[in-house]
Amino acid sequence: MKVGLFIPCYINAVYPEVGVASYKLLKHVGVEVDYPIDQTCCGQPMANAGFEDEAARLALRMEEQFKNYDYVVGPSASCVAFVKENHPHILEKRDHACMNSKKIYDICEFLHDVVRPESLPAVFPHKVSIHNSCHGVRELHLSSPSERNIPYYSKLRDLLSLVKGIEVFEPKRVDECCGFGGMFAIEEPEVSTCMGQDKVRDHMSTGAEYITGADSSCLMHMEGVIKREKLPIKTIHIVQILAAGL
Amino acid sequence: MSTKHTIAAARFLKNKENEAWHDHTLWMVRTKRDKMSHSLPEWERLRELASEIKLYSNSHLDTLLEEFEKNAIANGAIVHWAKDAEEHNEIVLRILRQHEARNLIKSKSMLTEECHMNEFLMSKGIDVVESDLGERILQLMHLAPSHIVMPAIHIKREQISEMMEREMGTEKGNIDPTYLTHAARKNLREKFLHADVAMTGVNFAVASTGEIVVCTNEGNADMGTSFPKVHIATMGMEKIVPNLEALGVFTRLLARSGTGQPVTSYTSHYRRPPEGQEFHIIIVDNGRSDILAKPDHIRTLNCIRCGECMNTCPVYRRSGGYSYTYFIPGPIGINLGMLRNPEEYSDNVSACSLCLSCSNVCPVKIDLGEQIYRWRQDLDKIGKASKEKKVMSFGMKFLMERPGLFNTALKFAPVVNHLPRFMVYNGLNAWGKGRELPAFAKESFNDMWKKNKVR
Ligand code: SF4
Repeated sequence: MKVGLFIPCYINAVYPEVGVASYKLLKHVGVEVDYPIDQTCCGQPMANAGFEDEAARLALRMEEQFKNYDYVVGPSASCVAFVKENHPHILEKRDHACMNSKKIYDICEFLHDVVRPESLPAVFPHKVSIHNSCHGVRELHLSSPSERNIPYYSKLRDLLSLVKGIEVFEPKRVDECCGFGGMFAIEEPEVSTCMGQDKVRDHMSTGAEYITGADSSCLMHMEGVIKREKLPIKTIHIVQILAAGL
Repeated sequence: MSTKHTIAAARFLKNKENEAWHDHTLWMVRTKRDKMSHSLPEWERLRELASEIKLYSNSHLDTLLEEFEKNAIANGAIVHWAKDAEEHNEIVLRILRQHEARNLIKSKSMLTEECHMNEFLMSKGIDVVESDLGERILQLMHLAPSHIVMPAIHIKREQISEMMEREMGTEKGNIDPTYLTHAARKNLREKFLHADVAMTGVNFAVASTGEIVVCTNEGNADMGTSFPKVHIATMGMEKIVPNLEALGVFTRLLARSGTGQPVTSYTSHYRRPPEGQEFHIIIVDNGRSDILAKPDHIRTLNCIRCGECMNTCPVYRRSGGYSYTYFIPGPIGINLGMLRNPEEYSDNVSACSLCLSCSNVCPVKIDLGEQIYRWRQDLDKIGKASKEKKVMSFGMKFLMERPGLFNTALKFAPVVNHLPRFMVYNGLNAWGKGRELPAFAKESFNDMWKKNKVR
């Protein structure tokens, strides 16, 4: 099983430690993992802003980079969902049948559904609140969407249950949007900021010390609010918790 | 790069207290809806059925509407067809004139809003009275609805008390809801008694029986149609359902979704006019058949106007119904506005973080968020894309297509972390309005990998 590690642009630039933790985690659970060099971006920011065609060459590039891998695995639910849901029709216009969409996984989904580790050495003696991100929940089905009448499940909670010492909470509005939304955050800054503030407060009301989740972009947005208002809570990507001690 | 929505939303958010109240009130409705939907094990199956029935009905309008017409005529109704708003309004006026009517009492109808019917009739000397309490309040305040199910949700009782003191002579400063409701009831009672003609909307029209169904919580449609000798019911042509079995699927979903009630207090079926009375049904197209020609957007015709996509929308709750430029706000309004006139209503397309909550609550499974994403792709073609966004997207694409350049940019990016605050957090930086910028890492993942630091 050959896994190509997919590191989206902003993780590359802002959160390389999330990439490192992902690599260590995948190595630890025994998969053969490699990082195709010089990755840039999946094209989501342009497409969500209304310029889908500008993502075409980036999508093609990703196809080329990952063509020799059995799986593409990345620590960003939103980017993974974009490749899965949108690369196929973007590439169709270029007469290319998308391969990545069939083999791409968010790292939590991959661990939970494919690797299924029974234990991890991680210890994290803290209270954390799970951030159920929109695209993680409603496109990748990492947990049951609050709108739907289906039995509760949460792949993130399942994975966190392998960590020793941790206490896991979820906010009251369990999967309401944090207001990031890519270009939305700067096109509608007032609404977006208000959503971010409300979401951070909801997480804080659980008593958690950390907000954790599978989407660095949401975490980045909430971190922006936390730092501006100097709030007593931190953000951490779930792979950093799962890889604690590796 | 602000759209009209952005600007209006910012204004709404200035009153933080009011915004928080609006957000909480509508979230409460969402919570009530969740309770209801979770109490029916067959909920998801019902949604699926509802969606399929609507897709079927809307692709068989030719036969279903004719079947409906035939049965309605056999029941004694008079059926009219209107291709657009103008024809609709003319038909209503003609009926009113035939009966020398001056007073029209009506229950809630988004279609009459769509046709600007009230303004038209009033300009012709007809006194139009809204009988739904929320609509009545707005009518007396000369305001438009801000929500399709709870039209006056944005109005506080202090404002209502002031208006009622002016219009009905209620006690100054009395904001007791029971007192105000009684006064409004008394005032409306007069209007009910003296109306010449009653008008209602239509929630569902049943092809196999030729009857129409009107759902209200106040019973105002029933009261309104009880006195006058003439009843006009007006419906968009997508209100058709094949038969009573199909109807049952929708009446189970409508109130549970819209307000979190098991059923609306009144679900009234109108089939035959009583002896000596007239029952008119107007079937309106007004752009609906054009939507049928757009496969990407055809599902918007599924809409049963339950309003739940507004209640769940994190943007709607925090920006209010008036921040949208189309008369229907929220996710469904963004889409219907674009279908009405993309040049005119493109300002609403920014009002979406693509969270997809709307697509998941919608009882008839309209892919609301996905359609908004698709509308965004069209903005450039119709010359409505924001220039700044275009430049930014192009700049990003240019950089991302050149990994060498991207890697160099990442090397220099940390410099930004150390710029003086006034250079980073100024008016040009929309992110900086309420959030600190993320700090660039000293070394990118790509660089760490190349230097063999990842292991
Ligand atoms: S789009 Fe769906 S959720 Fe929104 S009003 Fe229509 S039926 Fe209700």
